[in-house]
Amino acid sequence: MSQSHRIPGKGLLIDRARPVRFTFDGRAHEGFAGDTLASALLANGTRLMGRSFKYHRPRGVMTAGSEEPSALMQIHEGAQQTPNVRATVQEIYEGLEARSQNHLGPLSFDLLAVNDWMAPFLSAGFYYKTFMWPRAFWEKLYEPAIRRAAGLGSLSGRHDEAVYEKAFAHCDLLVIGAGPAGLMAALVAARAGADVILADEEVRMGGRLLADGAEVDGQAGPDWAASVVAELASLPNVRLMTRTTVTGAYDDGTFGALERVSLHRAPGDAPRECFWRIVARRAILAAGALERPIAHPDNDRPGVMLASGLTGQMTRFGVNPGRVVIFSNNDSGLATARSLTAQGIEIAAYVDPRPIPVTEDFPVYAGAEVVGTRGRLGLRDVAVRHKGGISMIEARTLALAGGWNPTLHLTCHLNTRPQWDEKIAAFVPKPGAVPGLEVAGAARGRFSTAACLADGAQVAGEVLADLGLRAPDVPVPGAEDRPYGIAPLWAVDAGGRAWLDFANDVTTKDVKLAAQEGFRSVEHMKRYTTQGMAPDQGKTSNVAALAVLADATGQEIPVTGTTTYRPPFIPVSIAAMGAGGRAEGFAPRRLLTSDARSRAMGAPMIEAGLWSRPSYFPRDGETDWRTACDREVRQVREAVGVADVSTLGKIDVQGADAARFLDFVYTNTMSTLAPGKVRYGLMLREDGFVLDDGTCARLGPEHFLVTTTTAAAGLVMRHMDFVHQAFCGGWDVRMASVTESWAQFCIAGPKAGAVLAALGITADLPFMGCAPVTLGGVAGRLFRISFSGEQGYEIAVPTRYGAALFDRLVEAAHALDGCAYGMEALNVLRVEKGFITHAEIHGRVTADDVGLGKMVSGKKDCIGKAASQRPGLTEAGREQLVGLMPVNQGEVLSAGAHLYNERDPAVREHNQGYVTSVAPSPTLGCWLGLGFLKDGRARHGQVIRLDDGLRGRKVLVEVCDPVFFDPEGGRMRG
Amino acid sequence: MADLIATPAVTGLPLAIGRVTLTAFDPGPVTAIAPYPGRDLSAVLRFPAPGEVIEEGARRLIWAGREMAFLTGGPAPDLTGLAAVTDQSDGWVWVTLAGRDATAVLARLCPLDLRASAFPLGTSAKSVLQHLSVLLVRTAEDAFQIAAYRSMAGTLVHDLSAAMQAVAARAAL
Repeated sequence: MSQSHRIPGKGLLIDRARPVRFTFDGRAHEGFAGDTLASALLANGTRLMGRSFKYHRPRGVMTAGSEEPSALMQIHEGAQQTPNVRATVQEIYEGLEARSQNHLGPLSFDLLAVNDWMAPFLSAGFYYKTFMWPRAFWEKLYEPAIRRAAGLGSLSGRHDEAVYEKAFAHCDLLVIGAGPAGLMAALVAARAGADVILADEEVRMGGRLLADGAEVDGQAGPDWAASVVAELASLPNVRLMTRTTVTGAYDDGTFGALERVSLHRAPGDAPRECFWRIVARRAILAAGALERPIAHPDNDRPGVMLASGLTGQMTRFGVNPGRVVIFSNNDSGLATARSLTAQGIEIAAYVDPRPIPVTEDFPVYAGAEVVGTRGRLGLRDVAVRHKGGISMIEARTLALAGGWNPTLHLTCHLNTRPQWDEKIAAFVPKPGAVPGLEVAGAARGRFSTAACLADGAQVAGEVLADLGLRAPDVPVPGAEDRPYGIAPLWAVDAGGRAWLDFANDVTTKDVKLAAQEGFRSVEHMKRYTTQGMAPDQGKTSNVAALAVLADATGQEIPVTGTTTYRPPFIPVSIAAMGAGGRAEGFAPRRLLTSDARSRAMGAPMIEAGLWSRPSYFPRDGETDWRTACDREVRQVREAVGVADVSTLGKIDVQGADAARFLDFVYTNTMSTLAPGKVRYGLMLREDGFVLDDGTCARLGPEHFLVTTTTAAAGLVMRHMDFVHQAFCGGWDVRMASVTESWAQFCIAGPKAGAVLAALGITADLPFMGCAPVTLGGVAGRLFRISFSGEQGYEIAVPTRYGAALFDRLVEAAHALDGCAYGMEALNVLRVEKGFITHAEIHGRVTADDVGLGKMVSGKKDCIGKAASQRPGLTEAGREQLVGLMPVNQGEVLSAGAHLYNERDPAVREHNQGYVTSVAPSPTLGCWLGLGFLKDGRARHGQVIRLDDGLRGRKVLVEVCDPVFFDPEGGRMRG
Repeated sequence: MADLIATPAVTGLPLAIGRVTLTAFDPGPVTAIAPYPGRDLSAVLRFPAPGEVIEEGARRLIWAGREMAFLTGGPAPDLTGLAAVTDQSDGWVWVTLAGRDATAVLARLCPLDLRASAFPLGTSAKSVLQHLSVLLVRTAEDAFQIAAYRSMAGTLVHDLSAAMQAVAARAAL
């Protein structure tokens, strides 16, 4: 049966010289290059392509475009599995593997089709009404079972590792749709010299000109379209984007668009899809119109199509529809019947509810309706009710022509509703709905080819004037200008089930039931019945559904209104929108100059503020972090350790008003700091809570260097920039981030001075001093500061020398029984000293809460000071920073645990505080914790309970001062 | 102590993929100049307007953000009392993206309007490149210098080379 259903010589888009083999449900098929899955299967006589969402009804192809509600398939590409692919859009390629969806057993004998027999029970709202009790059964039993039975395709559960792309484009004019109106608009604008992007979702531009057999200027429609496209392609100011669907209209002339870059080829290096963001000064929507079906009993059988779907499949791909019955309520359906007859297709019957004259070359049933169909897995007979009764007419294809809906979706994306136009029985876009977006052609209800051509040219002219360009004189070519007569017919009342929404299995009965049960607003009806909520978003069903609702509620259609159209216009894969962001692409990686050496030393890396930092440096025989960490801490306390601290934010502040400015952003005073000195500082947010802490070094009278914590580097820069711009714009102060300009290393321990000496630096710097130094021929900076409680220095060199300096430091430390230490040891050292990090200053604590209340100077104002004095932030009973030590030395503490009085139950009402940081201290021989406890500073010595519900840990701890080790600070000053 | 050896900011370059090349660019010393409010610098140098790149012989002044310009191709001038001056030579990694598809590659990562009418030769812009904050300078119709924070050099090259590969593979379809 290879391609038995092909009309010889027909098919604009297929190349009969290039057969293409693919599989459908495991069976080999052959089509031609240019075929879609739908056309290739139809050409092979296959009408059954899938099972419906809810009732598992046999389904075939309805359309020839992206609006397809029925023929959804799953594409398998290795590990990749893409569900709900529209067979009318997916082009075939050699080796393509497609499978039908949503059936248990073979497609032709789906066991879940039992749902169809139970249809009387499965109406809208069935689940909500039926599975109400027992309540617990819903989540565990009912919902999983229902989800298995209903639904469409499935994912592989593996990562999608194919290449996807995002891109940006800019233009003067974006023309959406390349039918007669769009081509004309693009041509006029292009000749005027505007930068034009013409986007069309089809492979070949031309729109309905490729399907309707219309002539333009005496030329065949496709030929005229090709000549316009050729001219546009030759112009440097035009970008033609085929296989590209504009998916959404957003603010400020931005449009989203999805391009099927290589989905028509076997997977390779090229992106599968590209998600475009197009910024256009003006846009013209020329997306045409979508045909709608008529709801009549059993109108969902494979072989029932839209008339436009039939002609599309026939003219583009040469698909032979066999004997055709056309059921139409308008002149375009009649024109189709005439055109098909002229092309040798047998029209078994033309059925029209209107009293039209019977003077055609095919049987006409005027004042008649289709009231049913027969054929188990594909259409066999059509039941026509006419004046003489009901006739069964044998046919392979039933073409429905219920009228046209302008494709106005984009005009509603900024929340404007369309207007009802009685003459064409359809919604039309409201002018000015999206700023900068005009609508032309069938998309605003101008349906004849001549009207589309003229409208495209005219709207382009108006837009050009708006852009300040002169419209060239482009004569509008002549074409058919038939009037469009229509007598609305939404649903045939003949009992049985008549489908509105084929994708979500919604019938006219469901809509009527919704109205009957009180869901009379169109938005409520939609949610109750799920009409319009499938992948096709109700493109072919929305208007008919609300017309049926209007009828059921006794209202007019304009009063009933329509639901909101939201982006995207077609399904957009997350992979395309998130292109480049998979796995590590989620965020940039920041590498230290010591990175290579740290990894060579076997250090596992952890991420902190996007930086990769060494966790610890394991030595031979050290199999876990704890052993290495304990050793590193001991070596720092007893000898010396070196650590890369380049990740700390560094902000260079200069100017005559620099000191004054820093007094304003810090709680404490920096203007009194002498050059060559460093001071610890605290910053508050405007709301009075602690923003960050760090050191501030005065490098010269008008030159400061502010350091921030790693995670808050960007935040503090932004904060200082804000304070400067908002409150002190005229001051002589300028800031520049120099975080990346310096590699900075900490040298800590009793032998820190000896390491410096090994580098040739004489360290006669007092505690909290800073000075320029020269080492290895390089100008650097030396600071005497400590985050470990030991004698500590930080040495900074230009970043390019960082790797070399780290090597020297590690060697010098090793020679002195010291080591390189990582984040784990760094954390233990600071917890032992009670130094805070963002685990403590997490955004909900005041300076007083962390025991630094005295740092808020009473002599001056600063950012956040006023707000920090609000009653709630100063009253008694606030949680204050405390130290926690286990009563039983061997017990483990955990961060995140909550604190309770010893005998109180672990419930919210009894909560006394929480633990922010813990560390196993080799120095004190037990775990240490920092946390916040109600009135904590007054409770030193008390025993309370640490309760970690997550890990099931209950530990009695003694409350103490947060500085566990060397509280006088003699070690770091000495 | 022996002299410290400098490490290059970026490795793995040059790359040539399709019709685009990516090469490391060494701007020499880079000095950030931020004039204090109301100061006239014209006796020493002409300060660029937003987006402007001024070339005077070997010296280049690149607008690099609000009230800031980067000076390359010469030593930092004495601007005491006129402007804050910071050394940015080590803070950034610089690369040059060039070739017929350079604009197409950049359009994969950067939201800027790169048409010659909007971003002409000899202008600069602060923008983003995928996740990175960058400074862009158009040096030819089909060539751009890109500066990003030095620690992110690996991500910069990774993102650019991925875009170069995608553009090349698309052209080969």
